Amino acid sequence: MHTDMVKDILANPKYQELVQKRGRFAWILSLIVIVVYFGFVLIVAFDPKLLAIKLYGVTTVAIPVGVAIIIMSFILTGIYVKRANSEFDDMVTEIKNSVKKG
Amino acid sequence: MKKIFTIFLALGAFALASGLEGGVEKQPLNISAIVMFLVFVSGTLGITYWAAKRTKTAKDFYAAGGGITGFQNGLAIAGDYMSAASFLGISAMVYEKGYDGLIYSIGFLVGWPVILFLMSERLRNLGKYTFADVASYRLKQTPIRTLAASGSIVTVLLYLIAQMVGAGQLIQMLFGLPYSSAVVLVGILMILYVTFGGMLATTWVQIIKAVLLLSGATFMALAVMVHFGFSPDALFAKAMEIKMTSADAAFKLASDANATAQAALASAAPDANITALTDAANQASKNAASAAKEIKAASGILAPGGFLPDPISAISLGLALMLGTAGLPHILMRFFTVADAKEARKSVFYATGFIGYFYILTFIIGFGAIVMVYNNPQYIDAAKQAIEGGYPLLGGKNMPAIHLAQAVGGNFFLGFISAVAFATILAVVSGLTLAGASAISHDLYASVFRHGRVDEATEMRVSKMATVVLGILAIILGIIFEKQNIAFMVGLAFAVAASANFPVLFLSMFWKKLTTRGALVGGSLGLLTAITLVILSPVVWVDVFKNAEAIFPYKHPALFSVTVAFLFTWLFSITDKSQGAKDEIAAFDAQDVRSQTGIGAEGAISH
Repeated sequence: MHTDMVKDILANPKYQELVQKRGRFAWILSLIVIVVYFGFVLIVAFDPKLLAIKLYGVTTVAIPVGVAIIIMSFILTGIYVKRANSEFDDMVTEIKNSVKKG
Repeated sequence: MKKIFTIFLALGAFALASGLEGGVEKQPLNISAIVMFLVFVSGTLGITYWAAKRTKTAKDFYAAGGGITGFQNGLAIAGDYMSAASFLGISAMVYEKGYDGLIYSIGFLVGWPVILFLMSERLRNLGKYTFADVASYRLKQTPIRTLAASGSIVTVLLYLIAQMVGAGQLIQMLFGLPYSSAVVLVGILMILYVTFGGMLATTWVQIIKAVLLLSGATFMALAVMVHFGFSPDALFAKAMEIKMTSADAAFKLASDANATAQAALASAAPDANITALTDAANQASKNAASAAKEIKAASGILAPGGFLPDPISAISLGLALMLGTAGLPHILMRFFTVADAKEARKSVFYATGFIGYFYILTFIIGFGAIVMVYNNPQYIDAAKQAIEGGYPLLGGKNMPAIHLAQAVGGNFFLGFISAVAFATILAVVSGLTLAGASAISHDLYASVFRHGRVDEATEMRVSKMATVVLGILAIILGIIFEKQNIAFMVGLAFAVAASANFPVLFLSMFWKKLTTRGALVGGSLGLLTAITLVILSPVVWVDVFKNAEAIFPYKHPALFSVTVAFLFTWLFSITDKSQGAKDEIAAFDAQDVRSQTGIGAEGAISH
């Protein structure tokens, strides 16, 4: 890639918007996963009794919490892929087109 | 080429045949397992033959021509992750400790969303065949590729040894094949898949196995749930009841035996064999103590147990699992097999779904095994039980899922699951070997030794030679390490991936001021710290070297070694005022534009 082209793209408002929006979105989702997971791990380490509370019959709170973390991971990846493969990829295409024209 | 293929086939048949002869006396043969395994092997060798005809260029060999779809790649990634160790190991952990097994699986899963959000599309946009392509994109090729290749090879070898030893033991138990024949057979088949079929064959072997394993596990979980009218609570209640009544019964037996043994020792005549009586009494009191512990554990199987003893261990293990996944070379390599960033993202979405589903299945399978296997005399090793008490399983601790297969589906389904377990090992070692061979041929040979001045045909020849060498090395190491504790090798592989591979890769994509000097110092220190701390930890210092107390008190070094890696990478980057460092910082913008947009990225080859 030529230095001029890099400069042009860096100055392109669409590119700046893409980097800012996608970066924010990706980091927010990552933080959700990290906070939920390490929160869970710390409860396991510090106060496991909290997860041993009976919910229904012999089933404890720990079971739905564990399954929910697995399902959450899957749903969050789905949310990211949906937005990235439509909105963000459209922006990338736009940037690529403007590079070709310029 | 064809000649070599036939020779290897003959060797494989020989290993199998000689193995079967030796195994007949020891263990009843499971005919349906062998037939299904042979069907799998011939099918995958057919795929290898098909793939060999399509594997012409280096891009075909390393990255399946870049033509794998997101869905296929998702299955293949899930397949790499669902090794025999995780299928048998995690279900065995649930069987033994209940909920703690699920905590472990969750750690393995949560790395995936983060890899998707922060890494997958950048990797695809910047890389070609190996993650070293990305790490060395704007840094000096020779030192950074050497570092990344060393990290890859260390990770791959540790992982390979663990898989080979596990494979040998498992096959010995399932098929009645002697250990060394089993290891040789796995090694030969893996060399065939990789040298002839490259990434295309490796990927399809992995996909087929993933589908077989997911179907088999689904059937087992369904069979368990049908038994309980699809009420998880009924399953949990029954499992807990069985664990508690069994533990009570075992405790009564053990304490009675203990009382008898102690009385016999106390009233022993002077001419009696005191040593034997003392040994018996000691064993009896040990059994009674462990039975008492078991009673306490039995009531707690539905909540966290003693799995994470302290916050530092907890965070350290969490980091190793999360960041280690993002530094495993055989997993990272899969991002280069798809056409573009869009497909790379889809791969992770599907992979996360399959892996999460698989872990929920193993949880149900573990509890199902408690109900149907735990105190079922059919699956108990009576000889061992007579000495140790409790409920030792035939074939060892990792067998609950295998015995459950027999319990829910009879010998035919047991054969199916055994064959799938074997197939799983084959598929995972093939992916590992390909990753190791790529690091040797693409990073070390082509870039470091030949400075990129090498034609594709030669590079491919070198990678095939590297595959054969790695395969033979894996066989030899597998035989040498037969009796060793292999659990620490997987832990070490994850620690090295998290502390050496991940920091350099991550910072090369996200931190403008990273320089070659920083990456080299930080990555090497991360690698050294991880290895040193594992050696000084209880896992090696106490369990392997038999010292009384560990120098480093925690089992998982990641919290410390990852911190060391990041800290020194930062320090040696910001203090680097050389012209080279300035050029590397200046080159970040162009790299970042490519990683964000994919402009200039490697495309797919159409066939």
